[in-house]
Amino acid sequence: MSPEIKLEDAFQARIDDEQKIEPKDWMPEKYRKTHIRQISQHAHSEIVGMLPEGNWITRAPSLKRKLGLLAKVQDEAGHGLYLYSAAETLGISRDELFDQLHTGKAKYSSIFNYPTLSWADIGAIGWLVDGAAIINQVMLTRTSYGPYARAMVRICKEESFHQRQGYEIMLTLCQGMPEQKAMAQDALNRFWWPSLMMFGPRDSDSPNTEQSVKWKIKRKTNDELRQQFVDITVPQAEYLGITIPDPDLKWNEDRGHYDFGEIDWEEFWQVVKGNGPCNKERLKARVDAWEEGAWVREAAVAYSTKIKNNEVKRTA
Amino acid sequence: MNKDKNPQTPKTSKPQNHTTEWPLWEVFIRSKNGLEHRHVGSLHAADADMAIENARDVYTRRQEGVSIWVVESRNITASNPENSGELFEPAKDKIYRHPTFYELPIELKHI
Ligand SMILES: [Fe+2]
Ligand SMILES: [Fe+2]
Repeated sequence: MSPEIKLEDAFQARIDDEQKIEPKDWMPEKYRKTHIRQISQHAHSEIVGMLPEGNWITRAPSLKRKLGLLAKVQDEAGHGLYLYSAAETLGISRDELFDQLHTGKAKYSSIFNYPTLSWADIGAIGWLVDGAAIINQVMLTRTSYGPYARAMVRICKEESFHQRQGYEIMLTLCQGMPEQKAMAQDALNRFWWPSLMMFGPRDSDSPNTEQSVKWKIKRKTNDELRQQFVDITVPQAEYLGITIPDPDLKWNEDRGHYDFGEIDWEEFWQVVKGNGPCNKERLKARVDAWEEGAWVREAAVAYSTKIKNNEVKRTA
Repeated sequence: MNKDKNPQTPKTSKPQNHTTEWPLWEVFIRSKNGLEHRHVGSLHAADADMAIENARDVYTRRQEGVSIWVVESRNITASNPENSGELFEPAKDKIYRHPTFYELPIELKHI
């Protein structure tokens, strides 16, 4: 046996034994690369995810809603930062990570390429998009890579507020005037299918799943997580009194789960490839923010250098 | 404003150019008096003051702390996992360092 294979066996044995992998531990190159890709995609999603919601901060219907939304969006920035730090423990720099986002080399969750057309969309996002994210993230708190798992624990503690503020917005609209309820229904209509797409391709079209499960990066498959989301969410929609836009959705007594219709995978792949309604706008907003902030980053470095030099002079 | 819309502009977007990347800091937080500071994660900041301010915003948005330590990551010396054997295994067979190694009669109290 080559030494590399022995190391891989020992590594897999540690994973099977539920031991966490920490940054300085030996790991297969593919484990490192997969994590860099997955953690950075996750980080980018948190950061880009601020844009559709940020769109409504200045137009929130009340001070209470504005405070809630501001706090949520600030949390998402924090989530992005926890995750970028976790990715950096694998030996990639923050600048490289940003560069991958800005050049389109790295992906982020496609859900954020859909526009937020009305205030009800903010409710639908908190309820559905954060709801879907929570299901994925709760699973990831037990992922095998220590820094990623720890970031997930921190994130999960904060997500529940996001979902509840979203659902409360929906509830308020659904208990309001018919026009308000219609807004909530319209938002559900537009965000339902993209939310289901958040869990990724079907298991049969997801070649990486098997390895991810073996390495305990994921502990459930895309289809399992998607089913879990549907089962949890249907009664919540019923409580609101609005209709999930899927004629095939119905309870299956034998399976003990809801059956649901087929996702439009053509749309899914189009948005992943960059042809969604807002892909270009989102990326441009990120690149502009980065470039227009360059002088601030440079000035801060110049200032700290000056202070350090003065200290050296004083003590010399 | 004078904007260069080309994302390839070498000034900011090239990964090779790390001279402007702010240094990395490790953040330690005391959640309340009486407890030790605990490592919570890391962040980038141009200097120590900014690192404390950023740590406040990133790691204590919900009163998670009453005190923050920051230290530049490059100043930390860590043990190498490859040496874990020689570092930590010698303690394994020193069972005489534990109270249960010493057998005393059951009738004896408070010892
Ligand atoms: Fe988040
Ligand atoms: Fe969230």
